[in-house]
Amino acid sequence: MQPNEATRDWPLFEVFVRARGGLDHKHVGSLHAADAPMALLHARDLYTRRQEGVSIWVVPSQAITASDPTEADSLFEPARDKIYRHPTFYEIPDEVKTL
Amino acid sequence: MSAVLVEVDERALYRYLLRLGDLCLVLGQRLGEWVGHAPALEEDLGLANIALDLIGQARLFLTYAGEVDGHGRGEDEIAFLREQGEYFNAVLVEQPNGDFGQTIVRQVLIDAFQVELYTRMAASSDARLAAIAAKSLKEVRYHLRYSGSWLVRLGDGTEESHARVHAALDTLWPYTVELFAEDDLDRLMADRGVAPRLSEVRSGWMQRIDELLAEATLKRPADRPYSWHGKRGEHSEHLGYLLAEMQYLQRAFPGARW
Repeated sequence: MQPNEATRDWPLFEVFVRARGGLDHKHVGSLHAADAPMALLHARDLYTRRQEGVSIWVVPSQAITASDPTEADSLFEPARDKIYRHPTFYEIPDEVKTL
Repeated sequence: MSAVLVEVDERALYRYLLRLGDLCLVLGQRLGEWVGHAPALEEDLGLANIALDLIGQARLFLTYAGEVDGHGRGEDEIAFLREQGEYFNAVLVEQPNGDFGQTIVRQVLIDAFQVELYTRMAASSDARLAAIAAKSLKEVRYHLRYSGSWLVRLGDGTEESHARVHAALDTLWPYTVELFAEDDLDRLMADRGVAPRLSEVRSGWMQRIDELLAEATLKRPADRPYSWHGKRGEHSEHLGYLLAEMQYLQRAFPGARW
Protein backbone atom coordinates (compact mmCIF):
# COMPACT_ATOMS: atom_id res chain seq x y z
CA MET A 1 0.00 0.00 0.00
CA GLN A 2 2.89 2.39 -0.53
CA PRO A 3 2.00 5.47 -2.61
CA ASN A 4 3.77 5.48 -5.91
CA GLU A 5 6.72 7.73 -5.13
CA ALA A 6 7.44 8.39 -8.79
CA THR A 7 4.08 10.00 -9.45
CA ARG A 8 3.11 10.65 -5.83
CA ASP A 9 -0.28 9.16 -6.62
CA TRP A 10 -2.48 8.17 -3.72
CA PRO A 11 -3.43 4.49 -3.71
CA LEU A 12 -6.80 3.40 -5.03
CA PHE A 13 -9.69 2.33 -2.80
CA GLU A 14 -12.92 0.56 -3.73
CA VAL A 15 -16.05 1.99 -2.15
CA PHE A 16 -19.08 0.01 -0.96
CA VAL A 17 -22.23 1.76 0.20
CA ARG A 18 -25.21 0.37 2.11
CA ALA A 19 -28.28 2.18 0.84
CA ARG A 20 -30.59 1.27 3.73
CA GLY A 21 -30.44 -0.75 6.90
CA GLY A 22 -30.85 -4.44 6.07
CA LEU A 23 -29.47 -4.18 2.54
CA ASP A 24 -26.02 -5.31 1.44
CA HIS A 25 -23.13 -2.96 0.87
CA LYS A 26 -22.87 -2.54 -2.90
CA HIS A 27 -19.85 -1.52 -4.89
CA VAL A 28 -20.34 2.04 -6.14
CA GLY A 29 -16.94 3.03 -7.47
CA SER A 30 -13.39 3.84 -6.51
CA LEU A 31 -11.32 6.82 -5.39
CA HIS A 32 -7.82 7.89 -4.43
CA ALA A 33 -6.80 8.60 -0.84
CA ALA A 34 -3.60 8.58 1.21
CA ASP A 35 -5.01 6.06 3.70
CA ALA A 36 -8.23 4.41 4.84
CA PRO A 37 -9.52 7.20 7.13
CA MET A 38 -9.10 9.73 4.32
CA ALA A 39 -10.75 7.29 1.91
CA LEU A 40 -13.80 7.22 4.19
CA LEU A 41 -14.07 11.01 4.13
CA HIS A 42 -13.66 11.07 0.37
CA ALA A 43 -16.23 8.32 -0.07
CA ARG A 44 -18.69 10.30 2.01
CA ASP A 45 -18.08 13.39 -0.12
CA LEU A 46 -18.09 11.61 -3.49
CA TYR A 47 -20.64 8.85 -3.17
CA THR A 48 -23.21 9.86 -0.55
CA ARG A 49 -23.93 13.43 -1.64
CA ARG A 50 -27.48 12.57 -2.61
CA GLN A 51 -28.46 10.46 0.38
CA GLU A 52 -27.28 7.27 -1.25
CA GLY A 53 -26.28 5.55 1.92
CA VAL A 54 -26.24 4.92 5.64
CA SER A 55 -22.94 3.05 5.85
CA ILE A 56 -19.68 2.99 3.89
CA TRP A 57 -16.90 0.43 3.49
CA VAL A 58 -13.61 1.26 1.83
CA VAL A 59 -11.21 -1.45 0.75
CA PRO A 60 -7.73 -1.02 -0.72
CA SER A 61 -8.07 -2.05 -4.36
CA GLN A 62 -4.85 -4.02 -4.01
CA ALA A 63 -6.53 -6.25 -1.43
CA ILE A 64 -8.99 -7.52 -4.00
CA THR A 65 -8.14 -10.69 -5.90
CA ALA A 66 -10.08 -10.81 -9.15
CA SER A 67 -10.88 -13.70 -11.46
CA ASP A 68 -9.10 -13.67 -14.78
CA PRO A 69 -11.44 -12.73 -17.67
CA THR A 70 -9.52 -15.06 -20.00
CA GLU A 71 -10.51 -17.97 -17.77
CA ALA A 72 -14.20 -17.11 -17.95
CA ASP A 73 -14.83 -20.08 -20.25
CA SER A 74 -13.70 -22.67 -17.75
CA LEU A 75 -14.95 -20.81 -14.69
CA PHE A 76 -18.48 -19.89 -15.73
CA GLU A 77 -19.47 -21.68 -18.94
CA PRO A 78 -19.94 -25.10 -17.28
CA ALA A 79 -22.86 -23.73 -15.22
CA ARG A 80 -24.81 -22.74 -18.31
CA ASP A 81 -26.39 -26.13 -19.11
CA LYS A 82 -27.13 -27.07 -15.53
CA ILE A 83 -30.44 -25.31 -15.28
CA TYR A 84 -31.63 -27.91 -12.78
CA ARG A 85 -29.67 -25.97 -10.22
CA HIS A 86 -32.23 -23.20 -10.44
CA PRO A 87 -35.19 -23.80 -8.16
CA THR A 88 -37.61 -22.93 -10.97
CA PHE A 89 -39.24 -26.36 -11.14
CA TYR A 90 -40.98 -26.10 -7.85
CA GLU A 91 -44.59 -25.03 -7.45
CA ILE A 92 -44.66 -22.13 -4.98
CA PRO A 93 -47.73 -22.16 -2.73
CA ASP A 94 -49.84 -19.01 -2.97
CA GLU A 95 -49.47 -18.45 0.76
CA VAL A 96 -45.76 -17.81 0.39
CA LYS A 97 -45.48 -14.14 -0.34
CA THR A 98 -41.75 -13.61 -0.48
CA LEU A 99 -39.20 -16.15 -1.52
CA MET B 1 -42.01 44.71 26.81
CA SER B 2 -42.51 48.23 25.42
CA ALA B 3 -42.96 48.79 21.70
CA VAL B 4 -39.69 50.72 21.54
CA LEU B 5 -37.74 47.92 23.15
CA VAL B 6 -39.26 45.39 20.77
CA GLU B 7 -38.24 47.54 17.85
CA VAL B 8 -34.69 47.94 19.14
CA ASP B 9 -34.51 44.22 19.62
CA GLU B 10 -35.71 43.55 16.08
CA ARG B 11 -33.04 45.79 14.58
CA ALA B 12 -30.48 44.12 16.81
CA LEU B 13 -31.65 40.64 15.86
CA TYR B 14 -31.56 41.61 12.19
CA ARG B 15 -27.93 42.74 12.48
CA TYR B 16 -26.99 39.71 14.51
CA LEU B 17 -28.52 37.37 11.92
CA LEU B 18 -26.45 39.12 9.25
CA ARG B 19 -23.32 38.41 11.30
CA LEU B 20 -24.15 34.74 11.39
CA GLY B 21 -25.30 34.57 7.77
CA ASP B 22 -22.51 36.65 6.26
CA LEU B 23 -19.89 34.49 7.96
CA CYS B 24 -21.31 31.48 6.13
CA LEU B 25 -21.96 33.30 2.86
CA VAL B 26 -18.49 34.81 2.49
CA LEU B 27 -16.67 31.64 3.52
CA GLY B 28 -18.84 29.60 1.16
CA GLN B 29 -17.96 31.95 -1.68
CA ARG B 30 -14.26 31.71 -0.82
CA LEU B 31 -14.31 27.91 -0.78
CA GLY B 32 -16.16 27.92 -4.08
CA GLU B 33 -13.05 29.48 -5.63
CA TRP B 34 -11.35 26.09 -5.22
CA VAL B 35 -13.73 24.34 -7.59
CA GLY B 36 -11.66 23.08 -10.49
CA HIS B 37 -8.40 24.02 -8.75
CA ALA B 38 -8.08 21.72 -5.72
CA PRO B 39 -5.02 19.44 -5.46
CA ALA B 40 -7.09 16.32 -6.18
CA LEU B 41 -10.54 15.64 -7.60
CA GLU B 42 -11.56 14.19 -4.24
CA GLU B 43 -10.60 17.40 -2.41
CA ASP B 44 -12.32 19.48 -5.07
CA LEU B 45 -15.59 17.79 -4.18
CA GLY B 46 -14.86 17.85 -0.46
CA LEU B 47 -14.34 21.61 -0.43
CA ALA B 48 -17.33 22.21 -2.71
CA ASN B 49 -19.52 20.18 -0.36
CA ILE B 50 -18.48 22.34 2.56
CA ALA B 51 -19.08 25.48 0.49
CA LEU B 52 -22.59 24.31 -0.35
CA ASP B 53 -23.35 23.48 3.28
CA LEU B 54 -22.26 26.99 4.27
CA ILE B 55 -24.30 28.68 1.58
CA GLY B 56 -27.26 26.60 2.72
CA GLN B 57 -26.75 27.89 6.27
CA ALA B 58 -26.42 31.45 4.96
CA ARG B 59 -29.79 31.05 3.22
CA LEU B 60 -31.46 30.06 6.49
CA PHE B 61 -29.96 32.99 8.42
CA LEU B 62 -30.53 35.58 5.69
CA THR B 63 -34.10 34.48 4.94
CA TYR B 64 -34.83 34.86 8.63
CA ALA B 65 -33.07 38.24 8.64
CA GLY B 66 -35.29 39.37 5.77
CA GLU B 67 -38.41 38.43 7.71
CA VAL B 68 -37.21 40.19 10.87
CA ASP B 69 -36.30 43.25 8.80
CA GLY B 70 -39.88 43.37 7.53
CA HIS B 71 -39.29 45.18 4.24
CA GLY B 72 -40.10 42.21 2.08
CA ARG B 73 -36.50 41.46 1.10
CA GLY B 74 -35.73 37.86 0.30
CA GLU B 75 -32.49 35.91 0.77
CA ASP B 76 -31.12 36.82 -2.69
CA GLU B 77 -31.68 40.53 -2.25
CA ILE B 78 -29.98 40.49 1.12
CA ALA B 79 -27.13 38.27 -0.02
CA PHE B 80 -26.32 40.06 -3.26
CA LEU B 81 -27.50 43.65 -3.06
CA ARG B 82 -25.80 45.14 -0.03
CA GLU B 83 -22.74 47.38 0.01
CA GLN B 84 -19.47 46.24 1.55
CA GLY B 85 -20.04 48.20 4.78
CA GLU B 86 -23.33 46.39 5.28
CA TYR B 87 -21.72 42.95 5.52
CA PHE B 88 -21.07 41.94 9.12
CA ASN B 89 -18.89 38.84 8.83
CA ALA B 90 -15.70 38.60 10.87
CA VAL B 91 -12.79 39.39 8.55
CA LEU B 92 -11.17 35.95 9.01
CA VAL B 93 -13.52 34.39 6.46
CA GLU B 94 -12.79 36.94 3.73
CA GLN B 95 -9.03 36.29 3.84
CA PRO B 96 -7.73 34.81 0.57
CA ASN B 97 -7.50 31.06 0.08
CA GLY B 98 -3.70 31.06 -0.28
CA ASP B 99 -2.42 27.52 -0.76
CA PHE B 100 -4.39 24.43 0.28
CA GLY B 101 -2.75 24.53 3.72
CA GLN B 102 -3.86 28.10 4.35
CA THR B 103 -7.42 27.24 3.33
CA ILE B 104 -7.34 24.31 5.74
CA VAL B 105 -6.05 26.46 8.62
CA ARG B 106 -8.76 29.07 8.04
CA GLN B 107 -11.34 26.28 7.85
CA VAL B 108 -10.24 24.65 11.11
CA LEU B 109 -10.40 27.97 12.95
CA ILE B 110 -13.94 28.67 11.69
CA ASP B 111 -15.24 25.10 11.87
CA ALA B 112 -14.28 24.82 15.53
CA PHE B 113 -15.91 28.22 16.16
CA GLN B 114 -19.15 27.19 14.48
CA VAL B 115 -19.26 23.84 16.29
CA GLU B 116 -18.93 25.56 19.67
CA LEU B 117 -21.34 28.36 18.70
CA TYR B 118 -24.08 26.15 17.24
CA THR B 119 -23.82 23.61 20.05
CA ARG B 120 -24.88 26.34 22.49
CA MET B 121 -27.18 28.17 20.10
CA ALA B 122 -29.27 25.02 19.74
CA ALA B 123 -30.66 26.02 23.16
CA SER B 124 -31.41 29.60 22.06
CA SER B 125 -34.49 31.40 23.41
CA ASP B 126 -35.28 32.12 19.76
CA ALA B 127 -36.86 28.89 18.53
CA ARG B 128 -36.13 29.56 14.87
CA LEU B 129 -32.45 30.22 15.58
CA ALA B 130 -32.26 27.14 17.79
CA ALA B 131 -33.62 25.01 14.93
CA ILE B 132 -31.16 26.44 12.41
CA ALA B 133 -28.28 25.85 14.82
CA ALA B 134 -29.32 22.26 15.52
CA LYS B 135 -29.54 21.49 11.80
CA SER B 136 -26.27 23.22 10.94
CA LEU B 137 -24.38 21.63 13.82
CA LYS B 138 -24.44 18.25 12.05
CA GLU B 139 -22.82 19.85 9.02
CA VAL B 140 -20.09 21.81 10.80
CA ARG B 141 -19.12 18.77 12.88
CA TYR B 142 -18.26 17.03 9.63
CA HIS B 143 -16.46 20.12 8.33
CA LEU B 144 -14.24 20.08 11.42
CA ARG B 145 -13.54 16.39 10.98
CA TYR B 146 -12.45 17.07 7.40
CA SER B 147 -10.37 20.19 8.09
CA GLY B 148 -8.98 18.89 11.38
CA SER B 149 -7.72 15.67 9.84
CA TRP B 150 -6.02 17.66 7.09
CA LEU B 151 -4.43 20.03 9.59
CA VAL B 152 -2.90 17.08 11.43
CA ARG B 153 -1.69 15.50 8.17
CA LEU B 154 -0.07 18.70 6.97
CA GLY B 155 1.29 19.87 10.34
CA ASP B 156 2.67 16.46 11.22
CA GLY B 157 3.62 15.74 7.60
CA THR B 158 6.70 16.73 5.67
CA GLU B 159 9.03 19.61 6.46
CA GLU B 160 7.47 21.55 3.60
CA SER B 161 3.85 20.98 4.63
CA HIS B 162 4.64 21.76 8.27
CA ALA B 163 6.35 25.03 7.36
CA ARG B 164 3.46 26.06 5.12
CA VAL B 165 0.65 25.45 7.60
CA HIS B 166 2.68 27.05 10.36
CA ALA B 167 3.11 30.18 8.25
CA ALA B 168 -0.62 30.12 7.47
CA LEU B 169 -1.44 29.78 11.16
CA ASP B 170 0.77 32.77 12.01
CA THR B 171 -0.90 34.79 9.25
CA LEU B 172 -4.49 33.92 10.16
CA TRP B 173 -4.34 33.71 13.95
CA PRO B 174 -4.66 37.47 14.56
CA TYR B 175 -8.03 37.41 12.76
CA THR B 176 -9.47 34.94 15.27
CA VAL B 177 -9.41 37.50 18.08
CA GLU B 178 -12.32 39.38 16.51
CA LEU B 179 -14.54 36.28 16.59
CA PHE B 180 -14.65 36.40 20.38
CA ALA B 181 -14.47 40.16 20.99
CA GLU B 182 -17.84 40.78 22.62
CA ASP B 183 -19.48 44.09 21.68
CA ASP B 184 -22.85 45.60 22.66
CA LEU B 185 -24.73 43.52 20.11
CA ASP B 186 -23.16 40.24 21.25
CA ARG B 187 -23.89 41.21 24.85
CA LEU B 188 -27.52 42.07 24.11
CA MET B 189 -28.07 38.78 22.30
CA ALA B 190 -26.51 36.85 25.18
CA ASP B 191 -28.58 38.79 27.75
CA ARG B 192 -31.74 37.85 25.84
CA GLY B 193 -30.66 34.21 25.70
CA VAL B 194 -30.67 34.40 21.91
CA ALA B 195 -26.96 33.64 21.61
CA PRO B 196 -24.34 32.15 23.93
CA ARG B 197 -21.70 34.21 25.73
CA LEU B 198 -18.69 34.52 23.46
CA SER B 199 -16.40 33.88 26.42
CA GLU B 200 -17.97 30.40 26.75
CA VAL B 201 -17.68 29.77 23.03
CA ARG B 202 -14.05 30.83 23.21
CA SER B 203 -13.07 28.45 25.99
CA GLY B 204 -14.61 25.50 24.13
CA TRP B 205 -12.97 26.66 20.90
CA MET B 206 -9.57 27.09 22.52
CA GLN B 207 -9.65 23.59 23.93
CA ARG B 208 -10.45 22.07 20.55
CA ILE B 209 -7.84 24.17 18.77
CA ASP B 210 -5.14 23.38 21.34
CA GLU B 211 -5.81 19.65 20.99
CA LEU B 212 -5.65 19.83 17.21
CA LEU B 213 -2.52 22.00 17.18
CA ALA B 214 -0.78 19.61 19.58
CA GLU B 215 -1.60 16.65 17.35
CA ALA B 216 -0.46 18.62 14.31
CA THR B 217 2.78 19.58 16.13
CA LEU B 218 1.99 23.27 15.66
CA LYS B 219 2.50 26.05 18.17
CA ARG B 220 -0.35 28.40 19.01
CA PRO B 221 0.59 32.00 18.09
CA ALA B 222 -0.03 34.83 20.54
CA ASP B 223 -3.12 37.04 20.26
CA ARG B 224 -2.47 40.50 18.82
CA PRO B 225 -4.37 43.78 18.84
CA TYR B 226 -6.24 44.42 15.61
CA SER B 227 -7.64 47.32 13.63
CA TRP B 228 -10.50 45.79 11.66
CA HIS B 229 -14.10 45.34 12.73
CA GLY B 230 -15.81 43.15 10.17
CA LYS B 231 -18.63 42.50 12.63
CA ARG B 232 -19.38 46.23 12.39
CA GLY B 233 -18.86 46.42 8.62
CA GLU B 234 -15.22 47.62 8.67
CA HIS B 235 -13.50 45.08 6.48
CA SER B 236 -10.10 44.18 5.11
CA GLU B 237 -9.25 45.07 1.51
CA HIS B 238 -10.17 41.57 0.34
CA LEU B 239 -13.93 41.68 0.76
CA GLY B 240 -14.58 44.21 -2.01
CA TYR B 241 -13.08 41.95 -4.67
CA LEU B 242 -14.98 38.96 -3.38
CA LEU B 243 -18.27 40.87 -3.43
CA ALA B 244 -17.64 42.25 -6.91
CA GLU B 245 -17.42 38.72 -8.24
CA MET B 246 -20.23 37.36 -6.08
CA GLN B 247 -22.65 40.19 -6.84
CA TYR B 248 -21.88 40.56 -10.54
CA LEU B 249 -24.80 38.55 -11.84
CA GLN B 250 -27.46 40.15 -9.65
CA ARG B 251 -26.09 43.62 -10.40
CA ALA B 252 -25.89 43.02 -14.14
CA PHE B 253 -29.22 41.22 -14.42
CA PRO B 254 -31.34 42.38 -11.46
CA GLY B 255 -33.77 39.74 -10.30
CA ALA B 256 -32.27 37.10 -12.59
CA ARG B 257 -33.60 33.60 -11.89
CA TRP B 258 -32.99 30.19 -13.35
